[in-house]
Amino acid sequence: MFEQKTARQLLQGNEAIAHGALAAGCRLFAGYPITPASEISELLSVLLPGVDGTFIQMEDEIASIGAIIGASLAGVKSLTATSGPGFSLMMENLGFACVAEVPIVIVNVMRGGPSTGLPTSPSQGDVQMARWGTHGDHPVVVLAVSSVMDCFSITVTAFNIAEKYRVPVIILSDEVVAHTRECVSLPAQEDIKVIDRIKPSVPPEWYKPYAGDNRGVPSMVAFGDGYRHHVTGLIHDEKGYPTQNSREVDAFVRRLTRKITLGFHEIMMTQGYLLEDAEVAVIAYGSVSRSAKSAVEDARDHGVKAGLLQLITLFPFPRSQVVPLLKGCRAILVPEMNLGQISREVQRVNQTACRVVKYNRVDGQFITPSEIYEELIKM
Amino acid sequence: MEKIKKTKFQRYEIRFSGSGGQGLITAAVIFAQAVGVYDGKFVCQTQSYGPEARGGKSKAEVVVSNGPIDYPKALDIDMLLAMNQAACDAYFFDLKPNGLLVADSNLVEQYPTSRVVAIPFTEIAREEIGREMVANMVALGAVGALSGQVSLENLEKTLLERVPVGTHDMNKLALQRGIEEAGKVNLQSLPRELMSDDEEL
Repeated sequence: MFEQKTARQLLQGNEAIAHGALAAGCRLFAGYPITPASEISELLSVLLPGVDGTFIQMEDEIASIGAIIGASLAGVKSLTATSGPGFSLMMENLGFACVAEVPIVIVNVMRGGPSTGLPTSPSQGDVQMARWGTHGDHPVVVLAVSSVMDCFSITVTAFNIAEKYRVPVIILSDEVVAHTRECVSLPAQEDIKVIDRIKPSVPPEWYKPYAGDNRGVPSMVAFGDGYRHHVTGLIHDEKGYPTQNSREVDAFVRRLTRKITLGFHEIMMTQGYLLEDAEVAVIAYGSVSRSAKSAVEDARDHGVKAGLLQLITLFPFPRSQVVPLLKGCRAILVPEMNLGQISREVQRVNQTACRVVKYNRVDGQFITPSEIYEELIKM
Repeated sequence: MEKIKKTKFQRYEIRFSGSGGQGLITAAVIFAQAVGVYDGKFVCQTQSYGPEARGGKSKAEVVVSNGPIDYPKALDIDMLLAMNQAACDAYFFDLKPNGLLVADSNLVEQYPTSRVVAIPFTEIAREEIGREMVANMVALGAVGALSGQVSLENLEKTLLERVPVGTHDMNKLALQRGIEEAGKVNLQSLPRELMSDDEEL
């Protein structure tokens, strides 16, 4: 049995992700080292053997995601971690996991891009890629972490969502969150809510591996359980065999997305700060939300009624939290370490005349509170 | 535009800087763990380095506060440890007007201010302790003592937890030598500001 260390300790964001994965029941990690994500695999290579888990260093990122898909199909909760260049390589198999409805968790610690980019500098440049990087209409859940404690608890949540909805969940971290050390006291294992995939309640001969329940999510067996189970990247019928029947194809593609839509209110997580009477608001996520919080406090000190909506779930985009803010505020500021990947989502759901202001840095530097403050007081 | 002040919680910011391989991140992590885990204060430790395996610029920062820390990196530095000339030149201007420069007098030849504590960390490590590698721990001792932000007992306790067994005596000696050197410094005798150009000489 896995015992979580609960005493106060100094942890790095990456280390907290490793602890969160173990707490969620992850027992296999397959990955290929890359800055700034390597500490996740380093720590898991030490911890996993102690809990009868498996650590594999793969030959590349394509194989890494392949290995965790295989492990998950065999019934083991699995994780991989990478950064932009490796995440690019994972896109093909990410689509496979979406279509075969394999619960996996992928951590992408964002660094400056495109390509090899800026290996040791922070960025938030992979936001739209996380959502749309693999082809076809597909469901994914994308979560953003901003602190060491987040790294632990959101990793647990990521596994829970992956298991409950049979969907790949992507955790977007960035170099700042990944390498910041803070003191945390992790919760005891018995206080952590862990969700496991639902097993079929029918005998093997009745089992339909791709028939959604009332939530649109099929029950899932592990290879070796005695249930016949065909897995393919081709669009398939409820039994898992390829089909081109337009009625079946339509039902399948729509169910893939509908299962996430039906769970939207549970999956959608945000954190509001000083929003009650806010006239201007910042929408931020990841490390930048920390600077934003500080800037909002500074603005309040100077008489500006500012607030912050921190997005934890980036996709499905938390429009039901963002839309009321757009209605209630004079202007919204979206600071990002990219050229505007979430501000375009904010603008997409902006049905009112609210002004959406972008603030973007792509020079490998972290956005400071004073930069956000300067923008806020101009609004 | 008036300079924004964080009024809610006090921050004390230290930057450890030099080149990759000097152990600056290790020193900062030990400082942060002592302050955060054992002294019970709020702390954030961050780092920044180039793509090189060794060499190149390296810096690590520790922010100590009496309340939760939003922005985790340093904004206005209270203490800058410069373990080479390049780091000293690059980061000196990030110091607060009344901040303190702590420099390795073997590796920094030109000081941009007289408000500097110069200690031969590398020479002490090499000549007295026998391993140049522990210069970072000599510096950590000095930074710990000069900053007044950490209990020196907790600093030593953390150091011994973090370094490999078999190197305890060497690291402990290094830390103590740093603390001792810092004890010889009379901070009151230094100029009160880094750039005291408005004072009549």
